[in-house]
Amino acid sequence: MRHPAILAAGVAVFGTIVAADVVAPSSVVFGDYGAVEMSLSGQPGDPVSGLAVMETKGSGNCVACHQISTSEAAFQGNVGPPLDGVGGRWSTEELRGIVANAKMVFPDSVMPSFYRVDGYTRPGDAFTGKAAAGELDPLLTAQQIEDVVAYLATLTD
Amino acid sequence: LAMSGAAAAQDAEARLVLNEETPMVTVADAPEHMADTGIRTIYSGWAFRTGTTQELQADDFINPAFLAVDEAIVAWDEVDGTAGESCANCHGDVEESMAGVRAVYPRWNEEAGELRTLAAQINNCRTEQMGAEPYKYDGSEMTAMEALISVQSRGMPVNVAIDGPVADIWEQGREMYYTRFGQLELSCANCHEQNYGNYIRADHLSQGQINGFPTYRLKQNALIQTQNRFRGCIRDTRAETYAVGSPEFDALELYVASRGNGLSVEGPAVRP
Ligand code: HEC
Ligand code: HEC
Ligand code: HEC
Repeated sequence: MRHPAILAAGVAVFGTIVAADVVAPSSVVFGDYGAVEMSLSGQPGDPVSGLAVMETKGSGNCVACHQISTSEAAFQGNVGPPLDGVGGRWSTEELRGIVANAKMVFPDSVMPSFYRVDGYTRPGDAFTGKAAAGELDPLLTAQQIEDVVAYLATLTD
Repeated sequence: LAMSGAAAAQDAEARLVLNEETPMVTVADAPEHMADTGIRTIYSGWAFRTGTTQELQADDFINPAFLAVDEAIVAWDEVDGTAGESCANCHGDVEESMAGVRAVYPRWNEEAGELRTLAAQINNCRTEQMGAEPYKYDGSEMTAMEALISVQSRGMPVNVAIDGPVADIWEQGREMYYTRFGQLELSCANCHEQNYGNYIRADHLSQGQINGFPTYRLKQNALIQTQNRFRGCIRDTRAETYAVGSPEFDALELYVASRGNGLSVEGPAVRP
């Protein structure tokens, strides 16, 4: 239902084609149980990139808190549950909701919200310890969320 | 998600005996004020460390912090500032005058009507009594002097007062401990109360006690000041930190210190 004219306007305003398709962090629609129906990037996710995001310090670094048997990342933490089989327990839409904002699914979770930009106490400028300069970027981009979700969906046993 | 931190403390059974003569209390009943935290037992950070790191702390001859302690022994006697005074001029033998001091800090200074951390007290003596420049709050001269003073209380139970004139400040510190800071929205409690004993990537989470401060960090080859550690932990939540020596960190230090009431003073401890 996207009109070519609106798309064109998006390109004109943002100067980038991607911007028109991406759901902004503040516009994500969560269902009653925290699921997110629509792709955040408008593109399919790539599971290989998703795993890289999850293993990389300074990126998703999900293995700081979760173990994944199929990952070879060193020092996988155990603050959260192992993610083995998670693609069997949750639908893609539910996984998208958990990764975008885990607190919509698990209230008070220690898991960070990876696609949110406001409502924080003393938000910093990344890991500098200084105050954030202007608006925050989400911890992961829309496409990174889709990539991670695509990888999680492969974890069926 | 049930996590039993108590069972997970790496080495709850191990005993720290200093220099083969002074037994240290590294495991104790939680102080009464922690009744509603769910924590029944408090553990020194030492209990979460492993082999060599633990051993380095048990013997002053190999504890790398003692180089700094030796430097502070020299500084203790040194005249500095416009008043022509040294610490020794007023306080005499450090082993006598400073015994038990570290165990009760931060504490209220009646005359000044303010809470003082050990670092603040040291600098107060430097500026007000000696007419000397203050040490940088978390600099190497300060951590060395803190270490020297801490040594005189090793083995004594931490016994920080939380009532009377400091009650409101303590309450402020407690609120900070449970505040979820930064873009990662993590509080001290999320990591050190809910998840001690668990691993966050390579890090074995302790209860975040400060009875071993200043601590010698092998990775940095340096003594680390209490509030410098607080700053690091808050920075790691992608938050804007507070400054060392700020009223906020003083309040937090009072509160965190009080969570260690009953553990032995261990500073200068050794950390990886
Ligand atoms: C600071 C810790 C932490 C980090 C970092 C973290 N998580 Fe989590 N995660 C948790 C916890 C704890 C839970 C359990 C839910 C709760 O809070 O009760 C959880 C739950 C989940 C679940 C549901 C698991 C299940 O079996 O029900 C998924 C999926 C998940 N996390 C994915 C991720 C991904 C993907 C990332 C990185 C992009 C990530 N997590 C980063 C702590 C974390
Ligand atoms: C001219 C006197 C004088 C000098 C010099 C001096 N102090 Fe003090 N110090 C005091 C007094 C008086 C107090 C009592 C607290 C107060 O009101 O400041 C005190 C208190 C302290 C305390 C707290 C003791 C307690 O029981 O609470 C510490 C620690 C301390 N000094 C360390 C030092 C160090 C370290 C130096 C040198 C760098 C030093 N002082 C130099 C006079 C001095
Ligand atoms: C994201 C997790 C996390 C948060 C949030 C966090 N810390 Fe830490 N903290 C750590 C890690 C990891 C270490 C190093 C291992 C250990 O001792 O737990 C540490 C160490 C410490 C230590 C040193 C303990 C020792 O024995 O050497 C203190 C003290 C401490 N933290 C206090 C705090 C305070 C106070 C807060 C809140 C302002 C806080 N931490 C928030 C992860 C965290």
